[in-house]
Amino acid sequence: MTVTDHTQATADAAHSHGIVPDSSRADRVVSFDVDAFPVPTGREENWRFSAVRDLKPLFADEPADGHLEWSTSDLPAGVTLTEIPVDDAVVRTVRAPGDRASAVAAKHSGGAMVLAIAPNTVVDEPITIDLNGAGGDVRGHLLVEVGTSAEATVVITRTGTARYSELVSVDLCDNAGLNLVLQQQWDADAIHAGEVVARLGRDARLRGTVVTLGGKVVRLNTSAAFAGEGASVDLFGLYFADSGQHQEHQLFVDHAVPKCTSRVTYKGALAGASARSVWIGDVLIRAAAEGTDTYELNRNLVLTDGARADSVPNLEIETGEIEGAGHASATGRFDEEQMFYLRSRGISEEQARKLVVRGFFADLIHEIGVPAVEASLMKQIELELEHVEEEIEDE
Amino acid sequence: MSTLEIRNLHVTVETPEGTKEILKGVDLTINSGETHAIMGPNGSGKSTLAYSIAGHPKYEITEGSVTLDGEDVLEMSVDERAKAGLFLAMQYPVEVPGVSVSNFLRTAKTAIDGEAPKLRTWVKDVKGAMENLRMDPAFGERGVNEGFSGGEKKRHEILQMELLQPKISILDETDSGLDVDALRIVSEGVNRAKDNTGLGIMLITHYTRILNYIRPDYVHVFVNGRVAEEGGPELAERLEAEGYDRYLASA
Repeated sequence: MTVTDHTQATADAAHSHGIVPDSSRADRVVSFDVDAFPVPTGREENWRFSAVRDLKPLFADEPADGHLEWSTSDLPAGVTLTEIPVDDAVVRTVRAPGDRASAVAAKHSGGAMVLAIAPNTVVDEPITIDLNGAGGDVRGHLLVEVGTSAEATVVITRTGTARYSELVSVDLCDNAGLNLVLQQQWDADAIHAGEVVARLGRDARLRGTVVTLGGKVVRLNTSAAFAGEGASVDLFGLYFADSGQHQEHQLFVDHAVPKCTSRVTYKGALAGASARSVWIGDVLIRAAAEGTDTYELNRNLVLTDGARADSVPNLEIETGEIEGAGHASATGRFDEEQMFYLRSRGISEEQARKLVVRGFFADLIHEIGVPAVEASLMKQIELELEHVEEEIEDE
Repeated sequence: MSTLEIRNLHVTVETPEGTKEILKGVDLTINSGETHAIMGPNGSGKSTLAYSIAGHPKYEITEGSVTLDGEDVLEMSVDERAKAGLFLAMQYPVEVPGVSVSNFLRTAKTAIDGEAPKLRTWVKDVKGAMENLRMDPAFGERGVNEGFSGGEKKRHEILQMELLQPKISILDETDSGLDVDALRIVSEGVNRAKDNTGLGIMLITHYTRILNYIRPDYVHVFVNGRVAEEGGPELAERLEAEGYDRYLASA
């Protein structure tokens, strides 16, 4: 067994906190009952770094009139997209909501969409779903159900604007494989609080990637729970916060059964005086989860003064009979020695900065495993870098 | 024909104990085609000299001048110095994760020349230079200095020097930590660059061994932040036999 802890903060503009939770992560309330969650004030453990004021409309226990426009790639044989009533969706969702925003989303969705991949179906091409908002309040509930031994890649991209709360349920039956990419490419004024709850059957494999570049406030929490032995999750995240953006990602991996593997790797860059990112990574290894192998990592690159990154890894271990468990969190300014090295080869400061940022994200982007997404991401990072140069000129 | 001229150079560095003067009036002139060995005990300021000329922000120049062909080097930014024709092969090259060697080399060459190199000749040049330094072609796809062994890092520094073709090159303890085979390969690269481009070389070293492979025209003994003695190659032989004790005793 190896337990490592390399939590560190090297930048004065950013800092990390090691929190000792007052109770086990397992004790956190989950419920479809909105009233089980008081309206967050910002003092709660799971809302303390959140942009609660901006998220307020998403806490209202009432229906919303807006909707997102769906466009979906042609669905191959064995793949269906259907709408089901709220009551059915509640039953089929793998776990109840963990906060008020997602409980409100489930209750007032007006019906959930189910993307189902039939057992033994192997889909080669990515299934793409584009969700476009035209403003207003939107509540959404989506279920992704992958049958036994089925395999698929699903890319969900959100654009436009909305005040959007959602619950996404991901159900992987035994030996199923899913590569799920969630891209937040909202316009600058979108407010988005989402919760992804995943359950993995025996030998199932989930690769989940979150890309958050757009929006004013994005708060996306992902939970993955193992229901059968031999399963694995790889959760990747890439975010880039500019001035005025608040991007929060919380993760919870629940090792409840033996011999499962989890890897969490989130990387973010921040540029601009009020750029803000929050990462909270919780891993729970329950007493029964012998043979667990887990590692979570968060790295933040702070490009300008005034940006702030909070990074909080938590690891709870209830058994010593594990393969390995560790986490690392680091938040740093540009490395002056890297910049000197590149510039001493004639490379300008601006170009050196771009090289370092591209390099910072390169390995993560290559992990996504969807070539079209990888290529478009590289382009989007180039655009973000142009903004960075503007921010630096403004300083 | 280029000349790097260092006059009365004084350099300080901030330490937890306060400002400390490391260089205390260095005078040195290096012309194209000349190899100057700078030798001295640890802590004598050899690396400070190298990094000050390259423009590392940690060092403050308090007095004196550095010019390259009459141009004021100290007024130039770090990248401008490289474009003017200065090169520093570092003792501890820095890792730049995720940036491939081939991308880095092409970016640097483009920056130095002010235009992108012609693709066909460039690929051939890189391949040839890597072969000469016994570097595996797969090297180009690795991240800059990422997980490189000590010998690989030094060969990568010399690779850059051969491709970027500076006028004056400063080699900061390029020999330290190398076994004799790697030392020979690296030295061949330095000699090749000198033969091909008429490079002027400032060879900073603690040991005399590298001077068996790279023949210096001048030897300068560096003690306590200034040049204590100068001479020809015979001075290196004397240092080999006697060490630095003689200078330290009088310092």
